[in-house]
Amino acid sequence: MLVQQLANGLFLGAVYALFAIGYTLIFGVLDILNLAHAAIFMLAAFVALSLVGFGFPLVLAVALALVFAGLLGVLLDRIAFAPLRRRNAGTLVPLISSIGAAIVMQGIARGVWGPDEHRFPSNGLSTAEFHLGSLSVGALDLIILAVALALMGILSYVMRSTALGRSIRAVAEDRVAAALLGIDIERTIALTFFIASALGGAAGILIGLQYNSVSLEMGARIELKGLAIIILGGMGSVTGAVIGAFILGAVETLSVAYVSSSYRDAIAFGVMFLILVLRPAGLLGKRALRAA
Amino acid sequence: MAILEVEGLVAGYGRIEVLHGVSLRLQEHSLCAIIGANGAGKTTLLAALSRLIPIREGRAIFDGREITHASSHAVARAGLVQVPEGRRMLAGMSVEENLLVAGEGAGGRTVGADVAAMFERFPTLAPRRALPAGSLSGGEQQMLAFARALMAHPKALLLDEPSMGLAPRLVETVFDLIAEERARGTSILLVEQNARKALALADHAYVLERGSISLEGKGADLLGREEITAAYLGEATP
Ligand SMILES: Nc1ncnc2c1ncn2[C@@H]1O[C@H](COP(=O)(O)OP(=O)(O)OP(=O)(O)O)[C@@H](O)[C@H]1O
Ligand SMILES: [Mg+2]
Repeated sequence: MLVQQLANGLFLGAVYALFAIGYTLIFGVLDILNLAHAAIFMLAAFVALSLVGFGFPLVLAVALALVFAGLLGVLLDRIAFAPLRRRNAGTLVPLISSIGAAIVMQGIARGVWGPDEHRFPSNGLSTAEFHLGSLSVGALDLIILAVALALMGILSYVMRSTALGRSIRAVAEDRVAAALLGIDIERTIALTFFIASALGGAAGILIGLQYNSVSLEMGARIELKGLAIIILGGMGSVTGAVIGAFILGAVETLSVAYVSSSYRDAIAFGVMFLILVLRPAGLLGKRALRAA
Repeated sequence: MAILEVEGLVAGYGRIEVLHGVSLRLQEHSLCAIIGANGAGKTTLLAALSRLIPIREGRAIFDGREITHASSHAVARAGLVQVPEGRRMLAGMSVEENLLVAGEGAGGRTVGADVAAMFERFPTLAPRRALPAGSLSGGEQQMLAFARALMAHPKALLLDEPSMGLAPRLVETVFDLIAEERARGTSILLVEQNARKALALADHAYVLERGSISLEGKGADLLGREEITAAYLGEATP
């Protein structure tokens, strides 16, 4: 029972981690909270769903939806953040414009897909299950976990060991110093938005597959959790966000199993609150993105 | 021939105008010093030249190209590289990563070899290559700030108070390094609080006073001027 719940927590945590990494990357680089992140998460799931509906193979549909999410992130930056950046608008004004962008995207999704919950066509999804003693896991869950871990691995490699990752960390650390070294700040920010939004979109698609449900409300359901995770992990810390996400995933599934599903969120947020009382700066500080 | 030409440059912050029409020339392969009191606008001048703040009026020409409206990264890639006041380390990144990111930012094709060359030229940095830049001492940070700028193979350097906050022995090292870099053919615009040392080394020098150039001349000539001695070299006039 406990092992089963921990396994479920792992599947959930991996998807939370993808979502939260995107959130925290943008915070690390720009010091702003991008509250439109959850809208991109939702739109990517809808786009993947529609592409599957048009007859695209699932893998291709997912890949195209990720590119769509990334490009949407770049567009979001151009429209909602870049003009404010040029005017040195601080951090509060972009927060408002990201809320505005989220409302617009939500409206577009409602217009295109309607208010109802959607399901993936069942023929595309495997329902196979594996049994290991008393533990049973779905093949789909395993694939989702593998994809999420692979994306995290790729991100970690990019951030640590590539010119792109180094330039992102340099801009996160000191934008002026980075510009003086010849780094194109706007281009680096655009690439950060692409990566962050593609990861957020991946989370949306994977959650949509996991629960076989895509809806307008899915963004709102994960938004506060994502925020809580990145605060718990330490704002701007990618590693911290991953750890925070797995903690939240585990606490949620355990509280459903041993207490009651109606207390799930209360317990999850209670635990996070306790950790933050003990470590007000979160598990890892902003430094961690820079040191990656 | 001048590698950097500034004409009537006006710049500032918000509604405040700090520089009121500054004109100067940096001759190729030479060292030009700018001295001036705190708040005179020296850092603001370098910020405008590196295009961190807008140039409101006037123009700047570097290496035959107008940079008045260029972007910061374009100016750096063109070969006009600033070592900023306070050094601005990428503190959480390792020493080696600071060099790598500088080489990559400048679009270098020989980044790996250039990093190796820097560790040879600055041997104190080599054993610290894996440490966060923020953990270095002030002198080591200044070395790294230099090395980082040199990764771009600059034609000209803008140095903002490179000896600030360093022990006297390290100040010597820094000035030796500046002289060495000029000997290699790099043109240098040097802003210094250590006016005596800067003037002694400079081919040409300008005095910046409340946002305007008040005096200019050969470095050695300015060293002998009474008003300079009184105002910037800390010696009372008799
Ligand atoms: N970011 C800023 N916003 C507003 N005003 C500024 C800013 N930076 C500098 N100033 C003002 O511009 C003027 C010139 O400052 P600047 O830093 O260029 O002087 P400086 O000659 O470099 O002085 P120091 O020797 O202390 O480094 C000062 O009056 C300063 O208060
Ligand atoms: Mg200054």
